[in-house]
Formats: sequence, structure tokens, C-alpha cells
Amino acid sequence: MNPSYELPRDEAGYSFGFLDEYAKREVRRAILKAICIPGYQTPYASREMPMGRGFGTGGLQLTLSLIGRGECLKVIDQGADDSVNAVNLRQFIELTCPGVDTTEHTGEATLIQSRHRIPEQPLNSAQVLVLQVPYPDPLVVVEASEAKRKIMHGEGDYSRLLTKLYEDIVRFAEITISHRYPTRINGHYVLDPSPIPRFDIAKLDHSPALILFGAGREKKIYAVPPHTRAEPLVFDDIPFRAEDFNDAQGQRRACQRCGASDSFLDEFSSANGTATFQCSDSDYCNQRVAAGNGVSCEVTS
Amino acid sequence: MGYVAIRGGGTAIKGSLEALEALRAAEADEGTALSLNTIEHQLRLLTSRILSEGGLYHPPLAALAIKQMQGDTLEAAFALRAYRSTKPRLLTTPVQETEGMRVIRRISSAFKDIPGGQMLGPTTDYALRLMRLELADESPEVFRGIAARFLADTPSEALPQTFPKVVEALRRDGLLPASPPGQGEPFDITREPLVFPIPRSAVLASMARAETGSLLALAYSNMRGYGDVHPTIAELRVGYLPVLLPHPVTGEPVEAGEVLMTECEVVAMYESDEAGAVPVFTLGYGACFGHNETKAISMAVLDRALQKGMKDGPSNPSEDPEFVVLHVDGVDSMGFANHYKMPHYVTFQSDMDRLRTTQIKAEQKKSAQKKGQPE
Amino acid sequence: MRKVLQVSNLGKIHGNGCPRCVASTGPDVGSNICPHCQSVVANAAISFDLHAGEILGIMGESGSGKSTIVKMLFFDEDPSLGEAIFYDNGHQWNLFSLNAAQQRRLRNHRFGIVYQNPHLGLNFNFSAGGNIAERLLMSDLTHYGQIRERARDLLTRTEVGSERMDESPKKFSGGMQQRVQIAKALSTSPPVLFLDEVTTGLDLSVQARILDLILEIQQELGTAMIAVTHDLGVIRLLADRTIVMKNGRIIEAGLTDQILEDPQHAYTQQLVASAL
Repeated sequence: MNPSYELPRDEAGYSFGFLDEYAKREVRRAILKAICIPGYQTPYASREMPMGRGFGTGGLQLTLSLIGRGECLKVIDQGADDSVNAVNLRQFIELTCPGVDTTEHTGEATLIQSRHRIPEQPLNSAQVLVLQVPYPDPLVVVEASEAKRKIMHGEGDYSRLLTKLYEDIVRFAEITISHRYPTRINGHYVLDPSPIPRFDIAKLDHSPALILFGAGREKKIYAVPPHTRAEPLVFDDIPFRAEDFNDAQGQRRACQRCGASDSFLDEFSSANGTATFQCSDSDYCNQRVAAGNGVSCEVTS
Repeated sequence: MGYVAIRGGGTAIKGSLEALEALRAAEADEGTALSLNTIEHQLRLLTSRILSEGGLYHPPLAALAIKQMQGDTLEAAFALRAYRSTKPRLLTTPVQETEGMRVIRRISSAFKDIPGGQMLGPTTDYALRLMRLELADESPEVFRGIAARFLADTPSEALPQTFPKVVEALRRDGLLPASPPGQGEPFDITREPLVFPIPRSAVLASMARAETGSLLALAYSNMRGYGDVHPTIAELRVGYLPVLLPHPVTGEPVEAGEVLMTECEVVAMYESDEAGAVPVFTLGYGACFGHNETKAISMAVLDRALQKGMKDGPSNPSEDPEFVVLHVDGVDSMGFANHYKMPHYVTFQSDMDRLRTTQIKAEQKKSAQKKGQPE
Repeated sequence: MRKVLQVSNLGKIHGNGCPRCVASTGPDVGSNICPHCQSVVANAAISFDLHAGEILGIMGESGSGKSTIVKMLFFDEDPSLGEAIFYDNGHQWNLFSLNAAQQRRLRNHRFGIVYQNPHLGLNFNFSAGGNIAERLLMSDLTHYGQIRERARDLLTRTEVGSERMDESPKKFSGGMQQRVQIAKALSTSPPVLFLDEVTTGLDLSVQARILDLILEIQQELGTAMIAVTHDLGVIRLLADRTIVMKNGRIIEAGLTDQILEDPQHAYTQQLVASAL
């Protein structure tokens, strides 16, 4: 082999934001296009990131392309700032973006990257939410070919997807889609809102914050621009139902820790077989506890 | 019960990485760390595979990736790709004719005698797969003597610098169609998004970086009967190809180095094309970094199958460009398979909500039917 | 009589085509393959009118280019030549100069088709009712209750039975599958319905009942239909007027009775004679 090869030891320090500047510019152009065509899946040349496809590489490329010094970043996974994947992503961004602040408080963040949840605390117009997307196309369940799906999107033809909902109601008397609920943006494109629960769909509608979606493996970027209509795909006479967290008596359950009865809850089964519930959004829960809320102060660790 | 089971992620990750590193060095006192040189040369085919799947020709970095990832080919190719993401594209090489390849091996299964001659070169094709127990304990002296002896024993007959291509002879005889005219700049899959339908150059580029096993499986499906490419290898060559770059001042191409490559051209039976035209053979092309013959052959077979699919519509998965291109990338597929290990608490909570509700509805329906009420 | 469809010089050529294709093919030379460029001229110079409420029969043996006509009018295939104008509620649509979305709209709202092969017309992953729902959803009806009601009505009307509404048509007999296709096609009350060999391959008794159903629909709803068939019996029973095709051309056209009683073209004479 050619002996003149050397390891790039001098390049151990990566450039700001890991990606090269041309790559970041391309991502930003795709973001602009996505904002201009609400809900349209804009293709982009997704780069390989140093974590696995499916671990948030799409969201990460958006974050890295948008972030600058002075930005304040929050990273959550399943609503929590301290879950393994959130920690991993945050550490990587801290490593490659010196000068960027991080926070766990939703209110303080200017940029929020999240997987599977939209924070409970309402977002404001100065914030950008980046959601990680495993499957960008809601039509994939009824049409395998991407070329054909593109035509269906272009013509706003979602009849086959609605027929699937129809069949659901016929068979189960309920729409069985639990998360990733197909949502129509600005009256035309239907998007996959990423695996957020139905509980979070309402937060997309007329959000003051820009909401961006990044799919790394499937190489698509799409957006819900601020103050834009976002409506779950439903029949006129069958209302959309979010998770209600009601118990057998129809009573809304509350977080065992902070007492909130308006948040998305995680279910825990205890050793004696009974289920207990706590907020999935750890920041929301912590802030409520700090403000003196809480049913029981018995917090074991 | 602790608050939120996923808390403490930072500590857990740290511990996990330490455990991983400890296993790498588990040989303890007796071991010496692998040198990159050792990996690059003694595991040269592994290095080749990583170069090709990583899509970056940098053998020492490929060796480092193999060492760091403890031999996991998917992870090693992945690391090389991620490294590549940080590098801007500064220059583009001009299109290279592989005729100028300095070959170490070239064969044709179509003709007994080919212009320039067959050259078997280094291959395991005819090696008996018997365990060579003497390799279990090689002394450094014996080991070092092997290459020296080979060089001393090999007569230094002057080999030609270049060999003519077999397919060119077929073209001259009118058995293969003329090379298709260049369709402008080749598609750059690292800089342009794939929007189907995609040009053949994008398909070829995707396959050149594909995971070897995935490519082989799809190509094999076509050979076995889910498809009908019956290939003959017109030529398979392995060798070094000069890398030319435009001179920064004059713009003239200058040789900047060379890359080891494998190239395969398969000839397949003709099919009834546009009526009236003279029938000719059809050609499938495969090429990738490093010495990877299985991959180059698989790629050539698939290229032929996909050309047919693009023309007449696919009748098998291996003829569908979308199916092939989107399912052969190792970084994509292994990443996604592994992401299922991440927490999915929220989505599973939603799943439970739906299942419980539908269970209740099913009960209601059943009891309603018992009472004889309509839906 | 009110005209709903006017087809002029329609034609379809498979292959590269050349300026001599049309002149070098047809019944006079007994072939639809162009001797100059080997292209296949599926049909050419097809002109006819369709009037409100009538059934127009298109008869010919397989390969005569008759099915391609309805496939082009339903936008399943692009024509190579000619044009077609659809007259609808005071509007005039030049079918082949519309964009894809406009064509899709007409397909979903104003035209219906029943294919010989139920796999083309039905999605077997959906229930019988779901297949009707899909077409209603395409035409922008998104009220679940109304969709159910309409599907129930249509399946009752076509004698599938509303109790089979939630079963997959996969399990149905051939005749039953055709009835589901007809129910689906009728769901949007289209003024024009295309029937492509709808009874071919069915038992004679089943055929007769399907044909009865089609006639009832015509009388009840006044739907204009084009019925493509190679079966003289179907023509005799259904068609008010008939077009006879050979090698991709119309060789004879007129009132069905007239054609059956007094065929002019030698080929038609042969067809009629062989059926007796």
C-alpha cells in the first residue's frame, strides 16, 4: 500500500456542528423549502451521523444546521431529559458545538430536539421544536412504492388511508392508530407527525413555534410552520380521540408525583400488580413539584 | 420504585462504554494491541469490505474502525461514513477508464483466451477449505519469510501495464450494444437526495456502498429464480486504479495516488427488444473499492436486473430500483434494526390505550349481539 | 338526444411509432403491426358519440383493440392519437388535455368502470363495504355513517346483500365480485359507466343475472354505458347501438338490431353467422 497515507490526527477536533458547512447549508435550504410547502416531505441528502439510524440522526442534522453560539438547547426522549438517548445526543452536541448552552427547562430553550413527545408547557414564537422521525410517510401503510406515494400526496389523495380508518372502525369500532396519527397540514398534505401520542397532536395546530421534522434514514425534512392548521385525519361524524387516562370509573388519573391531571402519563406496574402513573414530561413534573404541587412528598429514589 | 425508570442515562452510558472497552482489552497480560498495519494487511479482505461499505478510501482509517468496533463490519463501515460526513467535497476526479488499471487478477468465464490473457492472481476460489492447523502457531521468522520467498520465486517477466477490456471485443463484434452515451455528470448520492425514479448512476453508486450480504441476498434471489438474469462473467478484474485530480493551477489531471478496486462485467442473454432491432447481449456492471469479488458480481447481476426493471417494470424485488436501493445500505438497515432497543414507553402507552379501548368495544359488541341488538 | 361523450380519431400505438403506422395497418391488410417500425397499432381512427342513457356495445375478437378504448377513456392508458370530449352539466371537458388532478376527479366522480378481472377493480385487502367506501372517500364524502348507509344500499341493490358488507370480496364467487365492482362503480352515481367484458368467464345463469342487473340500472338511473365484449349474446341483450371492430379499426357501426339482422361487412356477417 502507498506508504504516504497518514491518519488524520491533526483533525481530531471536529468543526463546529460536526457536519461540513456545505452539508449544513443544504439542510437549511431543505428546511426553507419545507416551511414554504407546509407538510411536504422535502428530500435531502441525509449524512451519516456518528449514531445509529433510527436514534435521531435526522433531528440531529436539523439541530446541528440551525444551532449557533448563544443558542439554548433542550434535548428530550420520551419526555425526559435524562433518558439514555437524550443524554447521548446532548453530549454529542455539547462536544461539537462549543458555546451552546443546554437546559432542561422548556421555557428557557430556544431550540428543542425531541423524540416521541411535545413538551406540556406551551411553546412560544421564539422557539423551534425539532422532532425525530422514523417513518416520514403516512401513506406507507397503504402504498409501498415511494414514486406512487409522491403522486398521491401531490394530488392530495388520501382516500386509501381513510379507507384503512374505515376498516378499523368496522372491525374494532375504534380507530386503532395509537401514535403517529396522520395529520393534515394547511388543508393539503397529510404528514406523519413522528411517533408522538395522539395526546400531542393538538399541540401542532396553530403552534406559535416552528415545528420541524427530520428523518435521517428516510432522508426527508418537513415542517409545520407557525400558526398553521394541523388537523388529524378523521371522519366528519367520528371524533378524534386522544389518550384520556381515565380509570374504570371515568375519573381522569393524575400524576402520582406532582398531581397534574392534564399531562401525558407513563404507567408503572408495581410489585403488587397495581398500576401507578407519573408525568412523562420530566421538566413539567419537576417544575410543578418545585412550585409546591404534589399529592405525596414521598419520592423515593 | 424510583422516579422514571430511564433516569440516570448519563451514568449508564459511561459505565457501558467502559465495559465495552474492557472487553476489547480482555486478553490482559498476554495481549498486545493490534496494530493498524496488521489489520490492514493480515485482514486485508476485511479492510477491503469496510473501505467499500464505508464509501471512503482510507485503508488506515478503515483498519482503525475495525479495531475500534472490535471487528463488527456494520459498525466499522458506519464509523468511516460518519467521519466522511465531516469532510467537504473539494474536487471531483475525471471519469476513469478501467483499462488503465494495474491488475493483480483478471479472469473471464466467457472465453478461454482473452486479449492480454487470463491471470488468476490471489484468490481462494480453488483453495481447499481445509483447516491449516500450522497457522495456529506461526513463528515470526517463518511468517516473515513467506512474502520474501514468494517474491524471490516469482520470475520477473515483464507484465503489461494495462489490459484491454473483454467487453470491448464483444462490442467490436456487435455482440454487445455500443457503450451508452455519457449522461452528463454522474449522480452524487452523498450530496443529492434520491427522488425516485433515479438514474442508473445513482443506483450504481448506492450499490457500490451497499452492505455485501444484503446485496448478495438480493442478487442471489434473482439468480435462483425470482428473476432471470443468467449471467456469464465477461471479465472480473482486481487491481489498482490511478486517482487523477485537476491540478490547482493548470487544471490538467495529475495522478494523486491509486485505489484498489474490484470490477465485474456480466453478460446476460438478450431479450426480445424493440422489434426490428438486431438482438444483442445485455451487460451488467459492478465496481467497488477494495478486493470484494462477491460484492462486485452481486452488483453486476443486480445492475442487469434493475435495467430490465426500469425498462419493462419490475416483476421481482431484485428488478425494482426502489426496493433494491432502499434496502441494501448497511448503515441504514442496521441502525434501524438496533433503534428498537431504545425506549418506546410513550408509543407503547398509546398502544395500550388503543388495545384496552378496542377490547372494551369488542366486549360491548359481543353483549349487544347476545341481546340481539343491531350494530 | 343529449350527447355525453364525443370521441374523435382516437388511437393507441405501442412502440416507437412512425408516420406510416396508421396507413399500413388495419382490417384491409389484416394486421395491426406496422411493417415499417414493428409498432403495434392497438386501435386508430376511433370516432363515435355516446348519448345520455344509452348502452353502446363495442364488439370484436380479442386483440381487436376494443378494451383499449375504455381504458383510454377511463385514463388507465394514455392515447397516442385523437381526442374525446365529455359533456357534463353544461361543462365541456377535453379529456386528454386535462391535468392529472382533473382527470383523477372525473375518474372518481363522473366515470365508473367494471373490469373483467375483479383484481383490477377491487382492493382485496379491504372489505366489500371498504371498497365502496374508498370510492366515496375519493369523491370527498367523509361521513362514516353516510358511507355505511350508501354501501349498504348499493350492496342490497346489486344483490350482494348488506350482511356481507364487512367481508372481504376475496371470499366471494366470481359473479358476486362483479356485483361488488358494479356497486362500487355506481356509488358516486356517475353519468357514464364503462363495462369491460364484465360477464366473461362466468356461468351462463350468473351472466344472465348480471346482465339483468345492468339493464335495471340503466332504466332506473339513466346511466350511459359503453359495454365492451366479444360475446354476441351480451350485445344482443344490452346494446342499443353497436360498433364492430377488427384489427384496431371500426368496420361497422349502427343500431344493434340492424347489425344483427343485416350485417354489411363480411367480417360481421361471419361473426353473426357463427353465433347462430
